[in-house]
Amino acid sequence: MPSRRASRGTNRGRGSTVALGLGVALLALPLGSAERPNEPAYFAIRNARIVTVSGPVIENGTLVLEKGLITAVGTDVAVPPEAWVVDGEGLTVYPGLIDALTTLGLQAEAPAGAAPGSASQALTQLARQKPSRGPEDRPASTPWKNAADEIKTSDKRLENWRKAGFTSAVTAPDKGILPGQAALINLAGDRPRELVLKTPVALRVNFQSLPGFFNFPGSLMGVLAYVKQVFLDAGQYDTAWTTYENNPRGQERPTYDRALEPIRRAVKQRWPVLLPGNRAKEIRRALDVGEALGANTLLYGAHQGYAVAELLAEKNVPVLVSLKWPEKPKDPDPEADEPLRELRYRNRAPSTPAAFREAGVQFAFYSDGLATPKQILKNLRKAIDAGLPAEAALRALTLSAAEIFGVADRLGSLEEGKIANLVVTDGDLFGEKTKVKMVFIDGRKYEIREPSRPKEPPTVDLTGKWTISVNTPRGPQESTAELEMEEDGTLSGTLTGRRGTATITSGWVSGNKFSFTLTITMGPRSMEATYTGTVEGDEMSGTVSMGPFSTDFTGTRPEGGTTLRAQGWN
Amino acid sequence: MKRALGFGLLMLVGAALATPVRAQEPGVTVIRGATILTVTRGTIKNGSILIRNGKIARVGRRVRAPRDATVIDATGMYVIPGIIDAHSHIAGDGGLNEGSVAVSSMVGIEDVIDPEDINIYRDLAGGVTTINLLHGSANPIGGKNVVLKLRWGKDAEGLRFQGAPPGIKFALGENPKRSNFRPPPGFPARYPATRMGVMDVIRQAFVEARAYRKTWQDYQRRQAAGEENLIPPRRNLKLEPLVEILEGKRLVHSHSYRADEILQLIRLAEEFGFRIATFQHVLEGYKVAKEIAAHGAGASTFSDWWAYKIEAYDAIPYNAALMTQRGVVVSLNSDSPEEARHLNQEAAKAMKWGGLSETEALKLVTLNPAIQLGIAERVGSIERGKDADLVIYDKHPLSVYAVVQKVLIDGQVYFDREKDREWRQQIAEEKKALKEKEEKGKGKKEEESEKAKEEEEKPPAGRDASGAF
Repeated sequence: MPSRRASRGTNRGRGSTVALGLGVALLALPLGSAERPNEPAYFAIRNARIVTVSGPVIENGTLVLEKGLITAVGTDVAVPPEAWVVDGEGLTVYPGLIDALTTLGLQAEAPAGAAPGSASQALTQLARQKPSRGPEDRPASTPWKNAADEIKTSDKRLENWRKAGFTSAVTAPDKGILPGQAALINLAGDRPRELVLKTPVALRVNFQSLPGFFNFPGSLMGVLAYVKQVFLDAGQYDTAWTTYENNPRGQERPTYDRALEPIRRAVKQRWPVLLPGNRAKEIRRALDVGEALGANTLLYGAHQGYAVAELLAEKNVPVLVSLKWPEKPKDPDPEADEPLRELRYRNRAPSTPAAFREAGVQFAFYSDGLATPKQILKNLRKAIDAGLPAEAALRALTLSAAEIFGVADRLGSLEEGKIANLVVTDGDLFGEKTKVKMVFIDGRKYEIREPSRPKEPPTVDLTGKWTISVNTPRGPQESTAELEMEEDGTLSGTLTGRRGTATITSGWVSGNKFSFTLTITMGPRSMEATYTGTVEGDEMSGTVSMGPFSTDFTGTRPEGGTTLRAQGWN
Repeated sequence: MKRALGFGLLMLVGAALATPVRAQEPGVTVIRGATILTVTRGTIKNGSILIRNGKIARVGRRVRAPRDATVIDATGMYVIPGIIDAHSHIAGDGGLNEGSVAVSSMVGIEDVIDPEDINIYRDLAGGVTTINLLHGSANPIGGKNVVLKLRWGKDAEGLRFQGAPPGIKFALGENPKRSNFRPPPGFPARYPATRMGVMDVIRQAFVEARAYRKTWQDYQRRQAAGEENLIPPRRNLKLEPLVEILEGKRLVHSHSYRADEILQLIRLAEEFGFRIATFQHVLEGYKVAKEIAAHGAGASTFSDWWAYKIEAYDAIPYNAALMTQRGVVVSLNSDSPEEARHLNQEAAKAMKWGGLSETEALKLVTLNPAIQLGIAERVGSIERGKDADLVIYDKHPLSVYAVVQKVLIDGQVYFDREKDREWRQQIAEEKKALKEKEEKGKGKKEEESEKAKEEEEKPPAGRDASGAF
C-alpha cells in the first residue's frame, strides 16, 4: 500500500527531500534539454535481431524509421539513401517498453518511495486545513488534474527509465482518493506537450483514508462509501446536463462541477478506472466496487493475483501488476511469529504474472515506486523465474500495455506505421548482463550513457547502516544511509534524512573509493546528488555535489558491517 | 470424523433402491450418540442428528441415515446449536469506526469484511458460528452492520449470512459525545458533546430522512404522471439507510448504558414510528426492562463486565436474568475476540446470577440473538429444517470444563480439534521451509560463487532450526 503521506491531498508542492541544506544553491541551475537541430530524421538498423512482438522474430533484419514512425521492418527492406545507418550486428531490437503506471514527469510530487512524515506532522498539516466532514466536502479529490498538463521534462527519472529500455509510461497524479487523470507519455522530448501520446488514458482511484479521527473518511469503509457517493453524484450530474442539453429552453441550467465532470466522462466514455488491490480480498473488493460504480475497472497492484486469476479472467478485467514484490518487513519484531499466510504471499507473489497468462488475464507491468530501472528488471526476472515465459513478459511490457490503454494501433510492437519507439540491446532483454545500447523515441536516437566507473574491484564492503553528516552553511545535517554492496562493487540502498528517503539510482565501490548518486526533489525541481569518497574501516569521508554546489561529508558505521556478508566472502 | 465403509456395488444398489435421488446427493452427515441440547425441544440423550444439504433433516433417538452418510461419532458428547454473537468487531479491514462524522450511515461493514482475520477461526473454535459484525460506537448514528457465518476459508461474500435482515449501529452516551476522547490541538471538538446533543443529532437525521423520502416520492409521482425533462433527485447514501429504518426494513442496534438514554431513544423511535431492534451493552437495562419489553426491543448485554467507565458503574450481574424475567429477549455478546471464545461460560453465569434454567441460559447465546437479528427461522436451535450449525463439546457446554471438539456450519465441519492438531505440525513445517527459502534467496549472490557451490555439498551445518546463521 502506498504510504499514508499520499492522502495529504493538499500537501503537494512542498519540498520533501533528504535534508541536505543545499536548496539555496540550486535555484540558479539551468533546466531543460538542448534542442538538436541537426539530428537525422531517417534511421536504418541493419543486420539486427528484431523482436517485433506482434509477429515472428526476425533473426537478421532491417528496420527503417522515418520522421518518428516505423516505415519498414523485414529481411528484404530498402534503406533510404538519406538514412543514418546503425549496424545491428550482435544487437537485438525490441519495441520500447511501457511502464504502465508511474509518476514520471510529475516531479512536483514527493519522490517515489518517500517516507511518510511523522503522525504529528500529518496532523499539524491537517489542522491547518478545514476538516472534511462528509462526502460533500470531496476529501482528497482532484479528479480534474490531468497528468498531461503537469509534465516536466526535467524529471531526471525519465533518463533513468530510458536506460532500462523504457520509452513510454502511463503517468498519473497519485496523492489522495481521486488524484486525477492519467496520461500516456513518451520518456523523451523537448517540450512537455511533445511527450504526450494520449490523454486521458485512465482515472485513478486510491482506497486511502485520511489520518486520525477527525477527517472524513477516516476508515476504509468511509473511503468506499465516499467513492460510491461521488460516482452516484456524477451520474446524477450527467443526467441533469443531458436533460438540459436536450431541451435547454425553459430549463434551469445545472451548475458546472469540475470534480464531477471528469468522473461523468470516465463512466460514460468507458475510461479505464484504476482501482487498487494487492491481496486476494482487496482484489475482490475492487471488483465489487468497480461494478457498483459502473466503471470500466482496471485493477492495479495484484500481488496475490495468483489466487484470483480465474475470477479476473471470468470478469474480463485487465490488470496492472506491480513489480514491487512484497518484501519481508524491515526491522521486524524478532519475537513475532509471522503467519504462514504472509510467508506464502511473499513467496508466491512473483508467480502472479504466470498465473495470469495461464488463466488468460490481460496484464501489463508497472514499477510502483521502485526507484531504479535496475530494480524493475531484477523484479521482472523474478516473475520469469516463477514461470512467466520471457516472451509473455515482453508482451506485457509492450503490446499488452498498449492494448489496455487503447493505443495498440500506434504503439507496442515493431510494425510498419507505428510510432518509432524502440530499444536496442546487446542481448536478451532480460539477461542479467545485457546492456541497453540505445533507445529510439519518436524516431529520435538516445544513447545510453553509463556512468564512468573504475575497473578495480572493491577492497572494502560498504554494506551496513551509515550515519552521514554533511557540512552545510547551516551547520552539520545528519542523515542515515543504508547501503548494500554487491560482489562486483555495485552499490545500492537508501538515504534517509529529516524529511524523507531517497533511493540510490547508481553507485559503485572500487578499491576503497566509492560513489553513489540519488535524485532529490526540492519543491518543483529534482536534482541529482552524488556522494564520492573513501572508506577506512567503519568510517568514510568525501564530497557531495549537487549541480555546481559541493561540500564535505563524513560518515560512520556504528553497528559495523553485516557479519552475514562477511561470511559469504573469503 | 469417520466415513462409513463403502461396499462398492452393494452399497450403490442398496442406496438406489431406497432413495435414488437423495443417495447421490453429497453431504449427508449423521451425528451419533450425543446428548443433544436442542434449546427449543428439550434435551435428547443418546440422540442423532441427520444433516442433508446443510440443513437439519432429522433429530431424535432413532434416526436412520443412508449408508454412505458421513458419520460423526459423538458418543458421550454434547451438541448445541451454533453460538451466535450479537456484537462483534472482528474480521474488518481498515477500521470499523468512521468517527469523523456524527452520522456515518453511508458506510457499511459489508464493504470491508476481512475473511482472513484469524479471530474468525478462534471464534469458531469457541463454538461461535454466526456473528453480528457491528460498526464502532463513535457516532449517534453509525454505519451499517453485516451478519456473517464463520465459514473460515471462504471469501468475504462466502461469509455472509444470506437473507439476514440489514441493520445499523446507533450509539448513545459517552462514546458518541466523545467525552473520553480529546481531539488533538487545532481540531474543533465534534458535535455532539452531551446526551441532549446525541438525541438532537438522531432527530435531525430522521427529519432529513423524511424530507429525503418525500423528495423521492414527489419525483416518482411526477414521473408517473408523465412529466417530461425530470431530473431525479440526488441519491444520498447517508439518508437511504435511515429511510429504510423509517420503513421498518433495517434493524437498529443501539449501543447504550444508562437507563435515561435508553428511554430517550425509545421515545424518539416511537416519535418517528420505528422500533429499536436491540439495545447493546444496556448495562442499566434491568432498571427499565419493562419499558424495553413494551417497546419490543431486545437487549444484548455482558454477563459480568462493568466499571470500565462512568456510565458502566451501575451494572449488576443479574441484568440478563432480570430482563429475561420481565419479558425482554436477552442475549449475551462478546464485543471482544477473546470473550467470544467462551460465550457458553458467559451464558452459564446467568444460572448463578439470577437463577435462569439451563435452557434459558443457553438461549442467551443461541436462540435469543437469532431472534434479535431476525434469523431465528434459520438458526438458534436444533430443529428439523434449520441450518445445520452445530457445536460438539466433550462435556456439558455450561460447564467450565467443556471444550469444543467440532463445529459445523451448514452441515460442513469448519473446526475440528483433531485436524487442528495435525495442521499445526504441517503449518510449522511449511513455515520453516518458506523461511529457509527466503533466507536462501537473500544469499543468492554468494551461492552462485564457486565457494558457495562447495558449501552446498556440505550438510547444512551452522544453521539452527530457524534457518538463520
